[in-house]
Amino acid sequence: MSAAVNDPAAGLRSRRIGDAVFAGMSRWAGALILIVLAAVAIFLVAQALPALIQGTDEGESFLAYVLPLAFGTVWAAALALAMAIPVAVGIALFISHYAPRRLAAGLGYVIDLLAAVPSVVFGLWGIQVLAPATVPLADWLTANLGWIPLFAGPASGTGRTMLTVAIVLAVMILPIMTAMCREVFLQTPRLNEEAALALGATQWEMITMSVLPYGRPGIVSAAMLGLGRALGETMAVAMVLSPATVISFALVTTQNPATIASNIALNFPEAHGLGVNTLIATGLVLFVITLAVNALARWYVNRRTVSA
Amino acid sequence: MSAVTQRANPLTAGRLPRWSNLAVLAASAAVFGVALGLTAAASGAAFPVPAFVIATVLGYLVLLVLLSRVVEGPRKAKDRLMRNLVVAAFLLALTPLISLIVTVVGRGAARFDIAFFTESMRNVTGEGGGVLHAVVGTLEITAAATLISVPIGLLTAIYLVEYGRGWLARAITFFVDVMTGIPSIVAGLFAFSLFLLLFGPGSRMGLSGAVALSILMIPVVVRSSEEMLKLVPRDLREASYALGVPKWRTILKVVIPTAIAGISTGVMLAIARVIGETAPLLITAGFTQSMNYDLTDGDMMSLPVFVYNSYISQGVDAQAYIDRAWAGALTLILIVMLLNLLARLVAKIFAPKLGR
Repeated sequence: MSAAVNDPAAGLRSRRIGDAVFAGMSRWAGALILIVLAAVAIFLVAQALPALIQGTDEGESFLAYVLPLAFGTVWAAALALAMAIPVAVGIALFISHYAPRRLAAGLGYVIDLLAAVPSVVFGLWGIQVLAPATVPLADWLTANLGWIPLFAGPASGTGRTMLTVAIVLAVMILPIMTAMCREVFLQTPRLNEEAALALGATQWEMITMSVLPYGRPGIVSAAMLGLGRALGETMAVAMVLSPATVISFALVTTQNPATIASNIALNFPEAHGLGVNTLIATGLVLFVITLAVNALARWYVNRRTVSA
Repeated sequence: MSAVTQRANPLTAGRLPRWSNLAVLAASAAVFGVALGLTAAASGAAFPVPAFVIATVLGYLVLLVLLSRVVEGPRKAKDRLMRNLVVAAFLLALTPLISLIVTVVGRGAARFDIAFFTESMRNVTGEGGGVLHAVVGTLEITAAATLISVPIGLLTAIYLVEYGRGWLARAITFFVDVMTGIPSIVAGLFAFSLFLLLFGPGSRMGLSGAVALSILMIPVVVRSSEEMLKLVPRDLREASYALGVPKWRTILKVVIPTAIAGISTGVMLAIARVIGETAPLLITAGFTQSMNYDLTDGDMMSLPVFVYNSYISQGVDAQAYIDRAWAGALTLILIVMLLNLLARLVAKIFAPKLGR
């Protein structure tokens, strides 16, 4: 404080102005983010209102229009999640506890490579490579397990089915889920692990006793994050799925419920008038769904960290 | 009871030899190879490779677990099963990665030539043509998005780390988290409605795409910059204050230079993330076959939209369109990989010298 007394008054003033300007700029940048987010919500609602009130071009109510889409979105994401969770946990365990120490970091980077592939490339791969590859599987499933509603026939001849979409989505959300699980597994207290091993536990028993209980919140939030990604994924679904307006659990037929995001991408370029409003309203529904999932994930993580 | 002397030592007795894994795998492969080969030969079909792989792996697991259960006991058998399943999960995840890279490189190479990067698609209906218009569009839109997001993101991170107290900081932290979860297509819809309001209907332009991308980019920049600024030791700041340097000069001259490597890495990773986005650009920037250098005038093609559009609206010579789509995908992957590599390099070379 006393050092400041020696400063010339002009210097002090410019310092105060500089500080004020800089602090103001950074505060306004932060506030701008809040304003933008509010604008996103307001604009979407404003554009969606006509469709919400009047219904769609064809005169059906908006709810009837969006329901199959919302179902398809949630169904595809849930399937992808069901496939991705065991694999992601497996990979994370492999990298954190099974792989040789020197290889582990490199192997982690290989999985991260998957995250660098743009979704449109996944879509192209899904339709040109994966979809034809699933056709024999779909034929086999409908022939032998057709009595289960999931695998009811007739099988699609192109492979552009819910099954293919779910596999592509699972591959796409795998890297982020793996990265998160790996991070948590590596933080397991070393003493817990060694205590289990010292008691004569096999490696798997050690993992079920110390690593998995410790990592459970991490696994749950990784799953939520993956779910959020899968819900909003657009291009891969738009390119792979052959859509229909149905609510159906069948995985391998030609009648697949479209997702909200893919429906927007496919119809937006040609939409006009009320059609645009309808699509924006479905986007709003998607926004609300993903917001709820993400909020749930944050809440779960925060609850755990506070109590821990 | 004399059982104590009779019981074998569980630590040394009953172990499968080290080579048992390989031996069981080979046995399983041989059995199913012969069985499926004979069935295929009998019916005149080709050898079913996927069925062979699945059957071999399942046979290997079952046989190994049974063997281990008999020799080593149930606990060891379970341990072996899980170890093999964990390795299998990793190999399973590598399959799509390898398949994807092989396909993209293999099919993309067909049109990965000079003409592809020096021509646009104007007046091209069959073979030939290129992506110059899309590359220019992608570069301009991404650059504009970076110009919008980096100042806002960096200043917000500075606010959160250096100034942020109270409700505003808490609200910003929360809503940056919310922003991370916005689906890309919703960001596109927002930019579309914003420009609809500002410029009237039918206003698709590059700038609108840049706004959409910056919505996706800002939270990533804020998060990574915040982490990096937090890493700067308090001592450095306090040493600077002790010399009578005002806070804003301390931030500009001490804090940011120390964290600049991490910040630029974060920015590059953010760019790598948005440069492959298709959905928002499809809605906001639209598509065109001609060159367009002007961000504020008319539809602008970008590389991801080019890939999508080439595949979705195939012309008369379908193969030419599919070839161009794959070559575009290859270009896109190369750009993203390059950005990732560059980001890691920057992080490594210019790592802050914290003296820890």
